[in-house]
Amino acid sequence: MAKLIMTVDDSASIRQMVSFTLKQGGYDVLEAVDGKDALTKLANKKVDMLITDLNMPNLDGIGLIKSVRASGLNKFIPIVMLTTESQESRKQEGKAAGATGWIVKPFNPEQLLAVVKKVLG
Amino acid sequence: MSNPQEQYIAAYREEATELLAELENSLLELEEQPEDSDLINRVFRAMHTIKGSSAMFGFDDIARFTHEVETVFDHARNGKIKVCKRLLDLTLQSRDQISDMLACSADGTAFDEEKGRDIIIGLQQLLPQQDEVSFMAEAKPVVSTADAPVCYSTFRIRFKPDAEILLRGQNPLALLNELRELGHCDIVAQLEQIPLLHELTPEHCYVYWDIVITTTSSLQAVKDVFIFVEDDCDLKIDLIYDTCTLTLDNDSQKELGDILVERGDLSPVEMHRIISMQKKLGELLVEQGIVPASKVESALKEQQQIRQVRKEKATTTAGTADTSLSIRVPAERLDYLVNLVGELVTVQAHLSQTAENRNDSDLITIAEEVERLISELRDTTLNMRMLPIGSTFSKFKRLVRDLSAELGKEIDLETSGADTELDKTVIEKLNDPLVHLIRNSIDHGIEMPQERLAAGKTAKGIVHLGAEHSGDSVLVTIRDNGAGLDKERIRNKATERGLITHTSELTDKEIYNLIFAPGFSTASKVTGVSGRGVGMDVVKKAIEALRGSIDVDSTPGKGSVITLKIPLTLAIIETLLVRVDSSYFVLPLSKVEECVELSRADIEAAHGRHLAHVRGSLTPYISLREQFGITTNKPEIEQIVILSANGSKIGFVVDSVVGEHQTVIKSLGKLYKDVRGISGATILGDGTVALILDPDLLIHQAELSESTLG
Repeated sequence: MAKLIMTVDDSASIRQMVSFTLKQGGYDVLEAVDGKDALTKLANKKVDMLITDLNMPNLDGIGLIKSVRASGLNKFIPIVMLTTESQESRKQEGKAAGATGWIVKPFNPEQLLAVVKKVLG
Repeated sequence: MSNPQEQYIAAYREEATELLAELENSLLELEEQPEDSDLINRVFRAMHTIKGSSAMFGFDDIARFTHEVETVFDHARNGKIKVCKRLLDLTLQSRDQISDMLACSADGTAFDEEKGRDIIIGLQQLLPQQDEVSFMAEAKPVVSTADAPVCYSTFRIRFKPDAEILLRGQNPLALLNELRELGHCDIVAQLEQIPLLHELTPEHCYVYWDIVITTTSSLQAVKDVFIFVEDDCDLKIDLIYDTCTLTLDNDSQKELGDILVERGDLSPVEMHRIISMQKKLGELLVEQGIVPASKVESALKEQQQIRQVRKEKATTTAGTADTSLSIRVPAERLDYLVNLVGELVTVQAHLSQTAENRNDSDLITIAEEVERLISELRDTTLNMRMLPIGSTFSKFKRLVRDLSAELGKEIDLETSGADTELDKTVIEKLNDPLVHLIRNSIDHGIEMPQERLAAGKTAKGIVHLGAEHSGDSVLVTIRDNGAGLDKERIRNKATERGLITHTSELTDKEIYNLIFAPGFSTASKVTGVSGRGVGMDVVKKAIEALRGSIDVDSTPGKGSVITLKIPLTLAIIETLLVRVDSSYFVLPLSKVEECVELSRADIEAAHGRHLAHVRGSLTPYISLREQFGITTNKPEIEQIVILSANGSKIGFVVDSVVGEHQTVIKSLGKLYKDVRGISGATILGDGTVALILDPDLLIHQAELSESTLG
């Protein structure tokens, strides 16, 4: 069984790129457009990993991470946030909320897969 | 929309256009309600997303520009500056600028850089104090590629994760595995902090690890493994040994005892006596409860690994000196030596026989001494010709790689027993058959990745090449985890080719072994790799020429395994010497099962058929008298030597069995190369020539004449 990874991003192009890269890497992908959409989809779905943007409408990345960590089903999954270099404080906020790791934008497909492999083991 | 990159860019443009529209609307709304933080957020987010995806898809100019605007707007978001008309004007101009840049990038024209710079300067003037606005830093890869120094470094790592590390989705075991990929690791788990069951929170991590790792990677690369957890754990990484910076001379630390002995204050005997009385430091510490056993274990692991690294370094340093200890000798000189030893073995047999006949006890003693020395000399000489089979194995890595790529399959070659030794000539002659067999496994055995996945297997197939000793032969196995042999197809094909009839009752194994029959190939298509139908029977012949045998077994869906049994050497073999009238023959001892008597009554009981009752089962036999047309002096009681060949038993009837014999193989020369059933000759102690029989061929001939008869 291929591992299932959810990618959350309000930017369709980034979502598409992440999703395509992950599928190329042999993973199954579930997409969500923002934190709220992600939470709805995660309510009764177990995924193996979550990759989320931080700045999103409705529910942002930090809020999403906190909610997932407080849930039962996906409590222990690795969560990787997509950040930009300028968001050092946001990164700390994300870590405090329970993010596992981060990927600095812009990144290339190899870097993305390296991080996924790292946290998924 | 041919490649994914173009697709992304198209999606990016579409998205950017939407976001710019959203940006414009939000800015206009914001003008009416300048205090609305939701609107400020919307503006910020739109810009942020534009920036992120621009950088992602290589629109660096747009990313850099948007970043500057975003930075200023971030201040507005944090309430550091007020939303004023000037800010909104400039931001709207920025929006137009981004739109221009986007349009220009599409048709390849240059945009107005000047205008962009003016906007940025205008925006920056709005900031409270001239903040040094940093340009977007270059992307820093998360997993940095470590510059690989050629030296081995040994690190001591204590990785003590916070109790709540699991709640952040970290998997400490994955980290340990990642470390293992860097180099040799000794990992000791420290368990003393695990509380009693009723105090234990199952979601917490109570274990921590001591790791000693020897790697070619740099300290930074080791640190990078822990990049995501460095804030959530106690992590201590120390370099404890480095082959590049430390030399062998200055790092050998002397023990107290050695120093005392060196100074002459203590005799070595005394020292060893005292040392043996004393317990090891580790044991003492554990006993006294000063240091827990696991800590001592981890420290010992570190000591061992350092020793190992030093030892390896010492051997590689000494390696240059070592080369003088081995001499390269031309192969023909070795062959000549083997021949001489062969002659010597023959002469020695003669000597032993003469001594026996004279009944001279002094001579017998000398003959026995010579026999012992010669057998040692023979073994040493033959050993010189032995080479590890691994040299052949490594060549196949490339073969597998290229072939699997050609066929679009994913295949790994695994090897084992590469250090198994075989006679040089045997290894050389084994090369072609192995190439053929591996090609076959790749072409027919391993399925395409999709088929494998559909069958619930990993996409990647494995071909395993192994070698191991088994008595006086070496077993070489080619194992694949592919589809296995198709019994029905083999049967149909064999019937079609007239190899078997419809009614033939065959065991699975017999069916599988049909693939070695001449002119047999199940591949319906001739590919560049195999399937010309000359494959397997050529392989079989080549292996038989080496006095070896070949066998195949298969489990449907699980894969097949082909086993080659190869004699260790071609020069001298252990045989059984038999006699028919005045002629001597030898049979390979490795195939002999047993010897039984065959009386004239037994022959009559079988009504002329060549079958004998041996332990309740009927065993067919071949009479060497008939085979070689020897008619004189037929004894009353003959002997059957029962051999196992191709999994069945068959007897060879001879007049008498002389005994075991060390056979030095001599070829019969070109004149006799077409003689079937005889693979060579040897010279006995008294100078008589004995023919070496090839049981497989004799059996094959007998089967042929049997089937033509009836």
